[in-house]
Amino acid sequence: MNTNKNILLSVQDLKVYFQSEDEIARAVDGISFDVRREETVCLVGESGCGKTVAALSIMGLVPIPPGEIAGGRILFRDINLLDFGDDEMQKIRGNQIAMIFQEPLTSLNPVFTIGDQIGEAINIHENIPEDEVIRRCQQLLKDVGIDSPAERLSDYPHQLSGGQRQRVMIAMALACDPDLIIADEPTTALDVTVQAQILRLMNTIQKRRSMSVLYITHDLGVVSKVADRVCVMYAGIIAEQGKREHIFSEPKHPYTQALLASLPSREKRGQRLYSIPGTVPHPAYKPRGCPFHPRCPHAIQTCCEQYPAMCEYGNGHQARCPVIFEDRPEKRA
Amino acid sequence: MNETGSHNSTILQIDRLKKYFPIRRGFFQRITGWVRAVEDVSFTIEKGKTLGLVGESGCGKTTVAKLILKLLDADTGKILFNGLDITKLDEKEMKPLRKEIQIIFQDPYGSLNPRMTVGQSIAEGIKIAGFHKSSEQQQRLENLLKMVGMSPASSDRFPHEFSGGQRQRIGIARALSVEPALIICDEPVSALDVSIQAQIINLLKDLQQQLGLSYLFISHDLNVVGYICDMVAVMYRGHIMEYAPADQLFDHPIHPYTRLLLSAVPDSEHSTISEPDSKGNGPANTLTPHAGCSFQPRCPISEDRCKQSDINFVNAGENHLVRCWKTAKDGSHHFFLD
Repeated sequence: MNTNKNILLSVQDLKVYFQSEDEIARAVDGISFDVRREETVCLVGESGCGKTVAALSIMGLVPIPPGEIAGGRILFRDINLLDFGDDEMQKIRGNQIAMIFQEPLTSLNPVFTIGDQIGEAINIHENIPEDEVIRRCQQLLKDVGIDSPAERLSDYPHQLSGGQRQRVMIAMALACDPDLIIADEPTTALDVTVQAQILRLMNTIQKRRSMSVLYITHDLGVVSKVADRVCVMYAGIIAEQGKREHIFSEPKHPYTQALLASLPSREKRGQRLYSIPGTVPHPAYKPRGCPFHPRCPHAIQTCCEQYPAMCEYGNGHQARCPVIFEDRPEKRA
Repeated sequence: MNETGSHNSTILQIDRLKKYFPIRRGFFQRITGWVRAVEDVSFTIEKGKTLGLVGESGCGKTTVAKLILKLLDADTGKILFNGLDITKLDEKEMKPLRKEIQIIFQDPYGSLNPRMTVGQSIAEGIKIAGFHKSSEQQQRLENLLKMVGMSPASSDRFPHEFSGGQRQRIGIARALSVEPALIICDEPVSALDVSIQAQIINLLKDLQQQLGLSYLFISHDLNVVGYICDMVAVMYRGHIMEYAPADQLFDHPIHPYTRLLLSAVPDSEHSTISEPDSKGNGPANTLTPHAGCSFQPRCPISEDRCKQSDINFVNAGENHLVRCWKTAKDGSHHFFLD
């Protein structure tokens, strides 16, 4: 069980459904992936693919009802988080697993100072004197690259720029020295130059503190910079997962292939961009069989009827497409 | 169209455009300062070509778009559309020109009237374009919807019934309804998912070929700009910092700000995550006036003279202009119209 020791978080066949009056939206429909220690795993996909719901269910933040954990396990250090009640989850949240959200302005409370908010995170989990808390807050702000931290502690969120707010969010997430950080589109609202700074900062901090990061994004450019391993999500399932090199240089699922082909870049000037026909299915009305089959250039009759099996390519590289798997060169030879 | 301009191939020529916004405070709303949104912007767009305008948020990109549309009046400078200076025109004189210049917005939902059907939204433009008979209007409406890849049946439906990509198609059809020559695309794909983004980019390119449209493509996404644009203007705090053909700009960026932007693009050959920080934390605000180069406080290679006097464009090769004297090859060059 040597490999298991290295695994910090293991999501196994997780299903999260949302019930409304006349329909069930299967937002997350049986996903499995692992996050190892000191590793960055990216969940990448288009809007509505279930990546944020997956993250929220790890944090125990899915509203129930209308949400419902319909199956699966979330093992954090081999303990199933889904068995925990609110009180027990509260001890894990922020302390061992912390989350960074997309919009730093809406996730910071406008009527409390930066110092209050970072201090709160520490006070909830640890019983230490007030001056010690202040000292820790200053150190955290320094760690995330904010100048003159002592003065900034008494600032309100609106007094900071977007990049600084995101730094404060990171400082809050780091406050109790978590083992896992879940970052949900942390740089989407930022300018490219600021985004580069934040990515660099997260990279340095992750190395220094030997944390694991679960990074949720729709931006394949960012994925190519930060990920060790990548899970490509589509309509509530993981279409393909593997090491970053595998996903970018030898994608095996038609959806991953199509996504990469549709990215504009200067090298593709003059060529027509590949565009995936149609749109992402509504989570309550997913097609039978493989959810991608109506948009897939390789689809055959079985794709419309049978839910596709996960096919192994070795080294942890898996893709949920038997059609491409059957057609691989080794098999043909 | 009147072709009185010096170059018949030029559709839009902008020369030293400036726009400040007053900051008013107190009971009497006295002016206490100025937001220097656009300081000195010059560029040209050739017919049938695409100019990319890139820069960080707050650099003045959208203000430039509003000035060209005459939704705002410029303080100084000229906007020559087909050789005619539109900054001098009053509302009445401007009216016939309004249909020549159209805009597509970033958020296609916010820019469509939720109480009007798609057909009604587009038909307003069709009437203005001079189709008076209702049979002609209907025909035109169907053609426009077909042109943007939507079925004619969608004309009876409301905007909320469509996905983001489809709404953006409707926005494009509405812009095309008055048969414009120039379309300003203000971040047209940044709110869309990757798979939809490619569809819209392909559509914009097809329409350009079919109809000979010119685009001013405003974006912060350098991958998209590198793909779609012929010329690129890099904007920082109200100034154009570098202006060059797209290939030239991406292969041989000269201005330190352009280099900073390119190094920050994920998924490009310039990109490294360990890139050293430029000075300062991020895009500076446009409130505090600075003598000299506006990029100087963040510039890694600035020196004393950069703080003292303003810098004009310097010629750095064919069609390649840079606002930085440290990278100058030859003397100062006055831009356009000389």
